[in-house]
Order: sequence, then C-alpha cells, then structure tokens
Amino acid sequence: MSMELTLSRPTTRRKVKVLVAKIGLDGHDRGAKVIARALRDAGFEVVYTGLRQTVDQVVAAAIQEDVDIIGVNQHEGSHVYIARKLLEKLREYGADDILVVMGGSIPVVDLDVLKNIGVREVFLPGTPINEIVDKLLRIAEERRSRREV
Amino acid sequence: MVTRDYVLDLIEKAGKGDRRALGRLLTILEDVNSETAWVVEYLASRSRGAHVIGITGMPGAGKSSLISRAISVLRGRGYRVAVITIDPTSPLSSGAILGDRLRMQEHATDPGVFIRSVTTAGLLGGLSLSALSMIEAFDALGYDKVIVETVGVGQSETQVMNVADTIVVVTMPGAGDDVQALKAGVFEIGDIYVVNKSDRPEASKTYEYMLFVAEKGEIGRGGAWRPPVIKTSSTLGMGIREFVEALEKHLEYLKGSGEKELRLSSRRKMLVKLLAEKIVVDSLNTIAEAELSKLQGNVEGFYEKALEIARATGEKLVNLRIQ
Repeated sequence: MSMELTLSRPTTRRKVKVLVAKIGLDGHDRGAKVIARALRDAGFEVVYTGLRQTVDQVVAAAIQEDVDIIGVNQHEGSHVYIARKLLEKLREYGADDILVVMGGSIPVVDLDVLKNIGVREVFLPGTPINEIVDKLLRIAEERRSRREV
Repeated sequence: MVTRDYVLDLIEKAGKGDRRALGRLLTILEDVNSETAWVVEYLASRSRGAHVIGITGMPGAGKSSLISRAISVLRGRGYRVAVITIDPTSPLSSGAILGDRLRMQEHATDPGVFIRSVTTAGLLGGLSLSALSMIEAFDALGYDKVIVETVGVGQSETQVMNVADTIVVVTMPGAGDDVQALKAGVFEIGDIYVVNKSDRPEASKTYEYMLFVAEKGEIGRGGAWRPPVIKTSSTLGMGIREFVEALEKHLEYLKGSGEKELRLSSRRKMLVKLLAEKIVVDSLNTIAEAELSKLQGNVEGFYEKALEIARATGEKLVNLRIQ
C-alpha cells in the first residue's frame, strides 16, 4: 500500500458547511453565486441550492447535508415572513441548532425583528466579504464548541 | 460527544425515518477514524443488499439532471433512493461548491429520497473511505438504490466506481475527444453507456460510434453482459425509462450470475483495506507529533518507534471483522 506520512496532526474537524439559499420567486442569483464563490475561496464547503426554493426544500437540504449555517440571500420584501417560516420549520424537524443568517436588501429597521425571530446575523448591503467570512467562521466555531460539551 | 450510545441512538432514529439523525450519522462517517471504525463494521453487518450504482462521466455531460429524472422513475417503482454526489475541492483554498444537488432539489422533500454531497478533500483515500462508509449506512438503513455520482477521474473516485454493482458512463455528443476519453480508466469498464443531450444534432454520430465499440467488445467489463448504449435527454425527459430498465436488467443479471456477491465482496475488501490504512496512519501521526521533538531528527529511532506502533495497531486490526 502506498501512503504518505503526514507528520502533522490530521484535522479531525471538518470544514464549515454553509447552505446558500434563495427562497421565493426572486430570479436573481448573481449575489448568491458571488457569496458562494467567496466562501469557497475562504475554505468553506458551500451547498448551493439554486433559485426559487421553498422553505421546505431549503430545510430538507440543510438537514440532509448537516450544514452548520443556512445563509439566506433575499432581495424582495418578504424577508421577515421567510425568516419566521424557516426558523419554525427548523424547530419542527429538531434542527434549530443550525444557524440562520441573512443578507441582501434588508432594511435596517427590520434588524431587531429578525434577531428576535432567531436569525443569528444579518448582513446589510455593502458588508465586505471578508467581514462576512470572519463572522461565519466565528459563529460556526462557537456552535461547534457548544455541541462538544 | 461521539460516544457509542450516541451513535447507536442515531442509527436507531435514522432507521425510524429521522432524517436529521441520518444526516448526523453521515457526518460521523465523513471522517472515520480508529474510534469510529466500529460504526462501519456495525452498519456493514446489517446490509440489506442495496443496488449500488456508480455514475461517472465528464463535467457538463448532465449526470445530475439525468439522476434527478431517473429518481422520479425509480420512485414510481417504489424504490427508496440515496444519492452521494462527489464534487471536487478547490486546490487553492480546499473549500468547495457542492452544486450537484441543485439539479436534484425537486426531490428534496420526498421522504423516500436522501441526497448528500461530499468533496474530494482529504488524503490517503479519505474520499473512498467516507463514500464507502456512507454506502454501508444507506444499505443498512434500507435504501434500495444507492447512487454515487462522480467525475470519475481522480484515484479515489476510480476506487469507488470500481466497486459499484453497476457502472454507468455518461457522455454527450460533440465533445470532440469524448471518443478518446472512452479509452481511459473508468470509462472503459461501464456496464451501461448513456449518450445524454441526445436532442443535439451530433448525437447520432456519437451514439453510432458507441454502439460500434460496444459491439466490438472494446468497452465493458467482459463476461456475458454486453453494455447497452442508451440515448437520453434529461431536459426533454427522453430515454429515462429505457435507462432505468437497463439498470434493472443489469441488477437481474448480477444476481443471476452471482456477480453481485463478487462485487459486494470486493467492496468489502476495499473497505477493510482503507480502514486499516486509516487506523495505521492515524496512530503514526499521533506518535509522530509526540515523539518527533524527542527524537530530534533521529530517523532510525523514528522508524523503530513506527514499527512498534504498527505492530500494536496490527492487533487492533485483527479484531476488525467485516465479511
């Protein structure tokens, strides 16, 4: 058998897995694709489920893929409704330990409402990509250490 | 904490249809180590004879769309279907975009379908070990068809394809040198050949050519099974039923000829080999870390220590029972 000896500790921790979702009738996916690529370049595993997904489809995918984070990219105005439905579904399937973050054209006034619903982070338009990456790494890390207890 | 009870609980829940539990179990199998090797053994001993189908072909051939169409037909026949889809890791960042599932999302909420994406990252046959372990999980949990989708070029992917029950090679018309691609590696040993995107004008030429090489016996695994060539179009939904019929026919052939047992056996042998390698290397790596500084570059001393560890590990391996 041929093997390469790596004289360093093999990482037992898997990479952070993020599902990038576009829920509803929005037909624009350029933003989501940009984020997906940026996250990949930062070393994440990105599950991209495409356009026009329902909340049920996103939750099903997140559960099957056992992701750390669901990142919802919204451009239309139904972000509060979608956030509520999403968190409800996750709770229903016993998967509300999966973190939900949101980005897109989200009005500042809705930040508190979203946080109260359970959205962990909201990225307003114009947030630099590296800030998003850092934040996601941090919350994923927190979540992992919480689970290991 | 990944304790024995925790895992057994996951397996029990997954058996009752808890998809969250199955998702978590698969995550554990993504990184099997000496502590979790027993899980693979446990699952392998509860095999229910799933039909393992490997689907390979060049990027852009439309494998994922074809699989999605086939799933609809398979579900119509009452089968439970699992899909493991393998995407390449970026050599620069080691991150990955797992985009194959995008084309199968129509089946996301079907309780009889489970789709999981995996990347090629990892050393030492890491991919093969995870993929093979996941196959055991789906088999043990009663999925009738376990489909593994890969590009089929890397060594790990070839390993996985080689031990599938049915290998499907998907090509498309007008890919220029697709004819040459047929001569290399996994492409040569297909049990079923598909010309997808057959709505394209050049399709007939590709199809005729493939019929010709199949007739001459230049492709295929040999034996009594002559690989059929099927024209499909996943966009138009054409040829899908014929494709699924071919899958069923091949399964019948495998069972009738005793080949299914042989393929299961090679899959198990590969699994034990990969597990053994992983356990040995993990042990060595643990020692390397602890001892390297002590040995201060004394290579001979290191090798002696390594042999000592290998012997001790060998004892652990003797206790691995996978038939």
